[in-house]
Amino acid sequence: MTTAQATPQAPSPAPATDLAVSARGLVKRYADTVAVDGIDLDVRRATCVGVLGPNGAGKTTTIEMLEGLKNPDAGEITVLGRTWNGDRRDIQERIGVQLQEAEFQDKLKVFEVLRLFRSFFQNGADIDQIMETIGLTEKRGAYVKDLSGGQRQRLSVGCALLNNPEILFLDEPTTGLDPQARRRLWEVVEDFKAKGGTILLTTHYMEEAERLADEIFILDRGKVIAQGSPESLKATLGAESVVQFTFGDGNALSEQDLSAFEGVQSVRREGASMVLTVVRTQEVIAQLFDAARTQNLLLDDLRTHRPTLEDVFVSMTGKTLRDE
Amino acid sequence: MNLPEIKELTRVRVLGLLREPEAVFWVFAFPIILAAVLGFAFRSAGVKPSTIGLIEPASQMLTQALESDEQIDLETYPSWDEGFKQLRKGAVDGLIMEGGEADDPPRLAYDEARAEATTARLRVQRALTLAKSPGTDAPIDLEPVTETGSRYIDFLFPGLIGMNLMGTGMWGVGFAIADIRRKKFLRRLLVTPMRKSSFLLSFINSRLVFLFLELILLTSFGVWVLGIPFRGGLIAYLLICLLGAMLFSGLGILVASRARTIEGVSGIMNLVMMPMWLASGVFFSYERFPDWLHPILQLLPLTAVNDALRAVMLDGESLATQIPELIVMGVWAILCFVVALKIFRWE
Repeated sequence: MTTAQATPQAPSPAPATDLAVSARGLVKRYADTVAVDGIDLDVRRATCVGVLGPNGAGKTTTIEMLEGLKNPDAGEITVLGRTWNGDRRDIQERIGVQLQEAEFQDKLKVFEVLRLFRSFFQNGADIDQIMETIGLTEKRGAYVKDLSGGQRQRLSVGCALLNNPEILFLDEPTTGLDPQARRRLWEVVEDFKAKGGTILLTTHYMEEAERLADEIFILDRGKVIAQGSPESLKATLGAESVVQFTFGDGNALSEQDLSAFEGVQSVRREGASMVLTVVRTQEVIAQLFDAARTQNLLLDDLRTHRPTLEDVFVSMTGKTLRDE
Repeated sequence: MNLPEIKELTRVRVLGLLREPEAVFWVFAFPIILAAVLGFAFRSAGVKPSTIGLIEPASQMLTQALESDEQIDLETYPSWDEGFKQLRKGAVDGLIMEGGEADDPPRLAYDEARAEATTARLRVQRALTLAKSPGTDAPIDLEPVTETGSRYIDFLFPGLIGMNLMGTGMWGVGFAIADIRRKKFLRRLLVTPMRKSSFLLSFINSRLVFLFLELILLTSFGVWVLGIPFRGGLIAYLLICLLGAMLFSGLGILVASRARTIEGVSGIMNLVMMPMWLASGVFFSYERFPDWLHPILQLLPLTAVNDALRAVMLDGESLATQIPELIVMGVWAILCFVVALKIFRWE
C-alpha cells in the first residue's frame, strides 16, 4: 500500500472523523489497461457524492473497490474509519450496496428476496417496512421475473437498505429506466438521505447527479478531472448560458465565424446542432439574428439553457457523457 | 455459524428448484424412468417356466424327469462352475447336478431370496417326485445360495441409486452455482456479511431436502415394483445415502468452484463422472477390471457408495461392516468441501 504517512500495524481506532469514505491514490490495472489511475475521493457523512463520467471512465471499478469487492493495486481506503483488510465484516454490517447488473433468481418472490438478504445482517429493518419504503408492498408476492425494470431496481436498492446502512453505494441505479421509474427511485434515495444517510452514487446521467449529489467527482480515463458542488462546477465554466441551434437548409456559419461573435466563449458541434457557451446571452442572440437576416440563414430549434454538468464535462474533455 | 442465514439460503435454493419444472423432472422422474426401463428389461417375472441348469453328465432318469416337466426349461452346462456363473447372473433359476456317489441324491443350488428360485425349487422337487414314486418325496440335497446380484436388476438397482446420488448432486449443485455466477448474483452476496461457508452449505442442505423425497420414491419403486430385495437395515441404508449425497454435492461444488460458465461446468462434470459411471460398478461389477486396479477403484467415491449400498441392500450387511466405504465417503465429502471453500472463485 502506498501512503505518505503510513503507520502500517497501528490498530484502527475508528477515529471520530466526519468522513464516511476516504480513498487515497487508488489504482486498478487490468491486463494492459489502467482502469483507475490514482483517484482520491472523500465522502463526508450525511452527504451524497456523485461520481460522474462516461462509460469506461472507471466509475464502477472505483465504487467496487470502495465496496470491498475489488482489491486496489495501490492506494488506501477507509470506510467508516475502518479498512477492508481489518474489519471487513464490520464494514459490511454497516453499508448497503446496490450493484450494476446483479440479477436475482427469477422465481423468487419479492419478500423472499428481502428475507434472504435480511438474514445476512445482525441488525436491521423489518422487511415490511422496507417494502413500504421502496413502494413494493403490493408486489410482495410477485416473482422477480414479473417485476418491471424499475421495480427490480427498487428491490435491489431495498436489499441494500435492509440493514439500515450508514452508507449506501449505488452503481448506476437508474441506467435503462424510463423517466418515471427513475424519479421513483430518486425518491427512495432522497428519503434515505433525508434521514441522515450517506450516499455514494455513480451515474452517467447529468440530471441524476444534479438532483441527488451535493458533491460531484467527474471521472475520465481513470482520473478525477474535476470535483466540487454542482454549482461550483458549473461556475468554473464561467458561462452565463448555453445557446444551441441548428442551421436549416441553405447557408451556415462555420465554428470560427461563431467564435468571432462577441460574448461567445466556446463553440462545438453536437450532431447537427451548434452549441455555444456564452457570457452575454442576449447580445449573442442579437448577433445571431443579425447574421441570419443579412446572410440568409435559417435558424432551427434555437434554445438557451443554463449551463449543465454535461456542458462542464464536454468543455473539459471534448466528449459527451453518453456515447449512445 | 449463522443459522438464520443458512436456513434462508437453503430455503431459497429449494424454492428455486421446486419452481423449475424441468429440475423436478430430472431429479425425480428421470431416475425412476431409467430404473423402470432397465428393470422391466431385465426382470424375469410372471408365470414363466423356470430355467434350470443341469450339469453334465447326468443320469437318464434325472434328465428325463426334468425334461418332461412343461414348467421347466433345461439348460446344460459342462461344469458346476460354468453353471454357477449363470446362476449368479440370474440366467438360470436353479442349478442341479447328480450327487457324488451313486446313491447320493441330486444336489440343487438356488438363491433362496428370489421368488423365481423358490418356484424353481418346487418345480424340480415335483418333477423328481413324479418321476420316482408318486406319494413319497424324492430325496434332494438342497443348497440355498445367497448371491448378490442374482438378477441383473438386483445388482443394478443399488448402482442406479448411487448413480442418481452422484448425478443429481453434482448437476444440481454445479449448475446452480454456474447460474448464480452468470447472473452476477454471487457478487451481490459478497458485499453483505454473509459467510461463504453458509452459501456453500446451503447447496448441500437443499440437496438433502430433495434426497429424502427422492429416496422414498426410488426405493419403494425398486422394492415394490421391481422386487429388489431389501435385506439390510433402513437406517443403515439412509445413512449411506445421506453421506453419499453430501459427498456428491461437495464434489459438485468443487467442480463448479473455478468454472466461469455452464459449459465449463458441464465439461468438468462429465470428465469427473464418466470414469465413475464405467468403473464404479453401476452397470457391471468393477471386478471385471484387473485385480491390481480394484484397490484404486475402491477409492472412487461412487464405488464406495455402490459397494456399501449393495452390501446393505442385497447382503443385509450391517453398517459396521461398511466402515472402510464410509471412511472413503467421509474423507471425500470433507475434502471436497474444504478445498472448494479454499479455491472457490467468488469474483
